[in-house]
Amino acid sequence: MDRRDFLKNVCLVVSSGVFVGGLSSDAWAKLIRKDYDPSKHYYGMGIDIDKCIGCGRCMQACKTENDVPDVPYYFRTWVERYVIKTDRTVTVKTIGMGGEEAPDTFVEKDILRSFFVPKLCNQCDHPPCVQVCPVGATFKTDDGVILVDSKRCIGCRYCIQACPYGARYLHPVTRVADKCTFCYHRLVRGLLPACVEVCPKQARIFGDMKSIASPLGRFTRMNKTHVLKPSLNTDPKVYYANLDGEVN
Amino acid sequence: MKGFFNKLPEQAVRVIVVFLVLAAGVFLIRQFIIPPEMKEPTLQMESSMEREAAKEVKYAGGQVCVQCHEKEHDIKKAGYHRDLSCESCHGPAQKHADNPTEAKPTSPRKRDYCAYCHTYNSSRPTGFPQINPDTHNPRKPCITCHNPHNPKPSQTPRSCAACHAQIERTKAASYHALLGCTVCHNTPEKHKLLPRTVTPTKPDTREFCGKCHDKASPGNKGRPTVDMDIHGEKYVCWQCHYPHMLGGI
Amino acid sequence: MEAVQHFMELSQQVIGFIYPNEIEIHWSILIVVYPYITGLVAGAFILASLVKVFNVKELQPTYRLALLTALAFLLIAPLPLQLHLGRPERSYEMFMTPNLTSAMAMFGFVYLWYLMVVLLLEIWFEYRRDMIVWSGEAKGVRKWILKILSLFSTDTSEKAVAFDKKTVKVITVIGIPSAFLLHGYVGFIFGSIKANPWWSSVMMPVVFLFSAIVSGIAIVMLLYMIIIPLKGGKIDMKCLDKVASFLFYAVIVDFSIEVLDFIHRLYESEESIKILSQLVTTKLFMSLVVLQILLGMLLPLGVMVIIKVFKLQEELRRLLYFICGVLIQMGIFSTRWNVVIGGQLFSKSFRGLTTYKLEVMGIEGFLVALTLLILPFVILSILIKLLPPWKKEELAGN
Repeated sequence: MDRRDFLKNVCLVVSSGVFVGGLSSDAWAKLIRKDYDPSKHYYGMGIDIDKCIGCGRCMQACKTENDVPDVPYYFRTWVERYVIKTDRTVTVKTIGMGGEEAPDTFVEKDILRSFFVPKLCNQCDHPPCVQVCPVGATFKTDDGVILVDSKRCIGCRYCIQACPYGARYLHPVTRVADKCTFCYHRLVRGLLPACVEVCPKQARIFGDMKSIASPLGRFTRMNKTHVLKPSLNTDPKVYYANLDGEVN
Repeated sequence: MKGFFNKLPEQAVRVIVVFLVLAAGVFLIRQFIIPPEMKEPTLQMESSMEREAAKEVKYAGGQVCVQCHEKEHDIKKAGYHRDLSCESCHGPAQKHADNPTEAKPTSPRKRDYCAYCHTYNSSRPTGFPQINPDTHNPRKPCITCHNPHNPKPSQTPRSCAACHAQIERTKAASYHALLGCTVCHNTPEKHKLLPRTVTPTKPDTREFCGKCHDKASPGNKGRPTVDMDIHGEKYVCWQCHYPHMLGGI
Repeated sequence: MEAVQHFMELSQQVIGFIYPNEIEIHWSILIVVYPYITGLVAGAFILASLVKVFNVKELQPTYRLALLTALAFLLIAPLPLQLHLGRPERSYEMFMTPNLTSAMAMFGFVYLWYLMVVLLLEIWFEYRRDMIVWSGEAKGVRKWILKILSLFSTDTSEKAVAFDKKTVKVITVIGIPSAFLLHGYVGFIFGSIKANPWWSSVMMPVVFLFSAIVSGIAIVMLLYMIIIPLKGGKIDMKCLDKVASFLFYAVIVDFSIEVLDFIHRLYESEESIKILSQLVTTKLFMSLVVLQILLGMLLPLGVMVIIKVFKLQEELRRLLYFICGVLIQMGIFSTRWNVVIGGQLFSKSFRGLTTYKLEVMGIEGFLVALTLLILPFVILSILIKLLPPWKKEELAGN
């Protein structure tokens, strides 16, 4: 059956279920999907470096929400810890999902600056990954999210090579390219991405740039924002506030 | 046409015929045999977006829990954990929201869960309450003294290190180690209850540091002193010296 | 899963910081083998074109051998790509919905064009008359294979043969830019990745092309020196000296371009220079400094200069040409390795280096790569049996 028939059937089944089961109001909210118009939204994310405590809840929630293998490899989002010492050396490492595993080896008096940087797919406006996909399996939607069609990706890994941010990986089970989708299946239902949802300090701000009142709009007004690797002209849509120059 | 073919030598004709047959075959297959969803990018993108949107939601979202758990929500909304979503600690709860009696979310009750956020880490921003799990009531579950929905400690912290651990540890290795925080920072008691609205003061004059470090000031016993009239030109002292870590940058 | 075990071992060997997803090297030995093979195709074809388009008569004995070599390697070329894909069963999609902004999407079309319209056609027109004659003399299976291959053509008149020769020339002229495209697009695939400073360079397609020409000429030279004695023939030294001459010029140009790239990088000293210097001096020292530059380029260059300056005697020249040929093959393979694997050994954060562990077994392992490199020679031996490049008089050394 084609797409139109499928959608019609879904609506029929669900609406009949509503009358029979008497669903609550927020279950209705989950049906937003059928009225969802991608062209009315344009998503971006803001990250406040000064707020991130490096707890790793976002990394864990993302893996749970998106069925990413629960091993310390293959990340849709991760958090890096930077320690800049007074002798100007910089140490960087990715934190574990349980926060820090080993006790700190840094001596406070040697630390000049130290902070956590959450990273994820930047959902670029000029995505180099979309440009190089030979079969067009990865593409940008009208609402600004870069998706990978797991039924069409041939696993050539050109997009993984082309991403300057290391945001992509090859899924070990499906053998196709995978990456953060801003939890697209949550966005179409009016929910926040999982990482934004569980962040204890609201270090991650999510917003619809086409909305007249959104947390992201306020974030970009009140903070001087940076993006990663601006010289590559990828036009990322993840905006960092209080980003240190050592982050790349 | 026939004339053109007649003028060509026979081998060229054979080759051209082979190519024409192949080209026609490819064209026919692509036009008529291959279904549209295999060759139309727009169809494929729409199908992909549909499949992506149909994926299962695991985290219910902040607004859902309060519809049944108003009591916990009321406790939480006034405390330090008000910005924490329920699922941050209780894990994904969509299954529970769909079927409250069958699927139950987890409730972390052991020390290790609170430690994810609250173990001391020198990279955490200042003002965030951190403890050393080895020395802070070892082996006692955190919830014994702290209600996770409103984690006010059972007694107000006595030292600044509870929230400013990194500064405390930095200072502990500096020349100012024996100087209490309140010697330089006037801290109202209310700061411990409303940390962001009631803030301590920071000294704002050279004379403040000069009270101890000016050559002219009385009671100098082994402190480094300078002539404040000429040392440091127009700068305030902490524009060059970091008071928490004297001896370094 | 066993991948996790593998990654845990690799993590022990990471120096500095890499983005967590970079622990896996995505383009493995198979993607080293592929440009090496297409390079041989393009280079062999360029050597053949020297005979037909630039009328270098001395090279005539290598002409048909070069074409057959190109075909043998071209037939194997898609295999490393297929084996490397995460989903090889979906590779047909490149023909259904090629993304026009992707250099990789042109693979299928360029490959088919080069195979059908350039190489097969040129071989057909070159061999047509001989195929008809041989099918007349042969018996059994070979007779029918030749009849089918010649498309049941029968005209062996002088006029027809003259038409064939003219067509071959035209096809070769079209074939030169086609060969450049076949191998140059691979260079562009790497050269257009702005995320990777080791790859991103305007010179990448040019470097690829010239190293392809070097390796292609060298492989035909080696094959000529091996096969003629095997068939009981006499090596035409004038031809061999001429091939070696062209090889010499190609190596000089290739070396100059690579030195230029090197000097340019050091001089501009961009952000990535620190990690790239660390890469070259640690992980890539053996394969780049020793294998690619010293043994693969400077040593053969020196030997060929000596041969040109001191008029050495025939046997010594043959031995030295052979050694140069082998060294050059090794050097060009290292070049491909250094580009493909080298570009993935450093992190895009510019803060760390990772490691590549070449498995022996497995679909992207050493044995598979070795098989893919041996197969073209097997195919070539079949092609030579079917379509002998030299007549009896040519073998005797007219």
